[in-house]
Amino acid sequence: MHKALLAALLAVAFFVPQSSSRAAEGPALPAQAWSFKGAFGTYDRAAVRRGLQVYREVCAACHSLNLVAFRHLGDVGFQEAEIKAVAEAYKVKDGPDDAGDMFERAGRPSDYFPAPFANTKAARASNGGALPPDLSLMTKARKQGPDYVYALLTGFKAPPAGFSLMAGMNYNEHFPGRQIAMAPPLAEGALTFADGTQSSVSQMARDVTTFLSWTAEPEMEARKRLGVKVLLFLLVLTGLLYALKRAIWQKLH
Amino acid sequence: MSKPTWTNPVVRWIDYRLPVFTFANEQLIEYPTPKNLNYWWNFGSLAGIVLVIMIATGIFLAMHYTPHVSLAFASVERIMRDVNYGWLIRYIHMNGASFFFICVYIHLFRGLYYGSYKSPRELLWIIGVLIILTMMATAFMGYVLPWGQMSFWGATVITNLFSAIPVVGQSIVSWLWGGFSVDNPTLNRFFSLHYLLPFIIFALVFLHLWALHAHHSSNPVGIDMKGPQDSIPFHPYYTVKDAFGLGVLMLVLLGFVFFAPNFFGEPDNYIEANPLVTPTHIVPEWYLLPFYAILRAIPNKLLGVIAMFGSILILVLVPWLDTSRVRSARFRPVYRVFFWVFLLDCIVLGYVGANPPEGYFITVGQLATFWYFFHFVIVLPLVGWLERPRPLPDSISASVMAGKGKEAGHA
Ligand code: HEC
Ligand code: HEM
Repeated sequence: MHKALLAALLAVAFFVPQSSSRAAEGPALPAQAWSFKGAFGTYDRAAVRRGLQVYREVCAACHSLNLVAFRHLGDVGFQEAEIKAVAEAYKVKDGPDDAGDMFERAGRPSDYFPAPFANTKAARASNGGALPPDLSLMTKARKQGPDYVYALLTGFKAPPAGFSLMAGMNYNEHFPGRQIAMAPPLAEGALTFADGTQSSVSQMARDVTTFLSWTAEPEMEARKRLGVKVLLFLLVLTGLLYALKRAIWQKLH
Repeated sequence: MSKPTWTNPVVRWIDYRLPVFTFANEQLIEYPTPKNLNYWWNFGSLAGIVLVIMIATGIFLAMHYTPHVSLAFASVERIMRDVNYGWLIRYIHMNGASFFFICVYIHLFRGLYYGSYKSPRELLWIIGVLIILTMMATAFMGYVLPWGQMSFWGATVITNLFSAIPVVGQSIVSWLWGGFSVDNPTLNRFFSLHYLLPFIIFALVFLHLWALHAHHSSNPVGIDMKGPQDSIPFHPYYTVKDAFGLGVLMLVLLGFVFFAPNFFGEPDNYIEANPLVTPTHIVPEWYLLPFYAILRAIPNKLLGVIAMFGSILILVLVPWLDTSRVRSARFRPVYRVFFWVFLLDCIVLGYVGANPPEGYFITVGQLATFWYFFHFVIVLPLVGWLERPRPLPDSISASVMAGKGKEAGHA
């Protein structure tokens, strides 16, 4: 009896504070049915591809992706030739060369996604004083990250009557304070997906969120795959140890 | 104890000169242990194993980590993305810290429930308190290393506490920082100390076990072993029981590592530290929340700091504050109730610590803080004097026999 009670209390002690520390900001985030949810979830490859396209054609105008190298795309099904093609589309600053000068060259798979701005001051100057954050870890850096990013991208609305929106700000009920310096980045049919998928706002938001979830947790698939094996092994081992314990202690009584 | 004769000539040669085999045989194999220990007695050895895991993963992390303010965050992400199995090493270290505290807190409450701190185990208990203190310092400094927003702001808030000390406070804070704010020198020294302290913990655990082996484990009925009928050799009985317990712990720990690795963490720590942007809520890791709540419950900063440190240090006095001569709460009907109330109080403190100090959290935090100290200073001595304990069994083996039917339901 006491054991169960203590276990229950400890469970409460450890788990309640975590969930309560989120200050309620805006409406609750609707949970989306992500392909990468659950113990066996994986990144929907087609969605990652479309998401990369959304990032490159829309978000990359303002947001960097500093922690991601082109070669990393190999983890989500890109072939070497494709990776090379993506990389070569970028100009990368390199140098100094033998004459001591910096020069520009085409990107290579080992390069990282170049940032749109040279530094944070330049980024702010182009965005009305607001800093577009790096997106590499975005879905890990917010509570309920993927649901949040999706809700943010699809959550732009006309402000309710009486809401005083500051100049250059946009109403978004999922952003803390409900006004965000980012203009609605996605517009219906803004781009043409190679696989023929309709580029609705929610489709693009969903795809770019899947892509950003991969950039935040590129190890997730390997982690879950290994996890299933390790836990199954441990389950059997622990079961055997329990049987062994019973057998050995039997001799006592 | 029978001195074994070693048959292997190499073993015999070594043992004659350096009796490690005899020592291991006495302390790990034949070592007499009460036969009635329940599963709450598993958590000491589990904590020890988690300590080893922390040191092992930490050393590998240190091979790839860079303690510099402009590189630390990126170097951790390098470990996550480019080092072979770096994510596994880091997630085990991250979650291992939480499980270290889970094990040690259960271990500590086990001690409080069964009166394990009573004579002749006072020093054993005090060394345990030193271990917890050192663990907290280690974990706090480790949390600073990834140089995320919570790292930076947690470090700023906690180091600033020392400024409450009259006259020299501000100088002490600058001295801790190595400058005028938490900055590169702070990160460097925290890394150095975070590498050092676990080995100090290791040494303390050694002393802890030395003291333990001097008088052996206590047990759920809290009476001493009176003869061979009360004890069993450590091996195979407790080695196999500990191995099974380790299997269960690993299942849970690795369950988090593989499927919810950031469960115990704060999303804000995946944002690189920025001295110009303060997070809305600065919260320490969950295992420090009760103490954080005590700190904030007291309006005066200096008194708050004293209360916070006092809340841990008061544990040192428990062997003398508890005036009952009976060890185990099983035979102490009144103390048992207060034990559960105290546990609940600690949980409430943790809950309050996780929330912003607003509204009714302030009152609840103050009441819970009051009760925390009231429990030690008033309840423990008074209950010890006034309570009438239930009769103790004659011996451990008698209690095991008598308990065959009853105990199963109880424990
Ligand atoms: C025109 C520039 C611009 C474009 C294009 C843009 N953003 Fe932003 N974004 C910003 C700015 C500026 C901010 C900072 C807003 C603030 O702090 O108020 C921001 C903030 C964000 C945030 C952080 C919100 C938070 O919780 O802090 C996310 C997530 C985000 N953008 C995602 C995207 C995605 C995904 C795209 C592409 C579909 C995109 N952005 C395209 C300018 C842009
Ligand atoms: C790194 C942390 C620690 C490790 C590795 C550790 C290890 C151990 C081990 C292996 C035992 C014997 C098995 C057992 O009784 O569970 C033990 C016993 C004990 N420990 Fe710890 N311990 C730690 C922290 C603490 C702390 C923080 C306290 C209390 C403040 C504490 C108090 C005790 C006491 C009183 C005993 C004797 C218990 C008894 O026999 O009834 N320990 N410890």
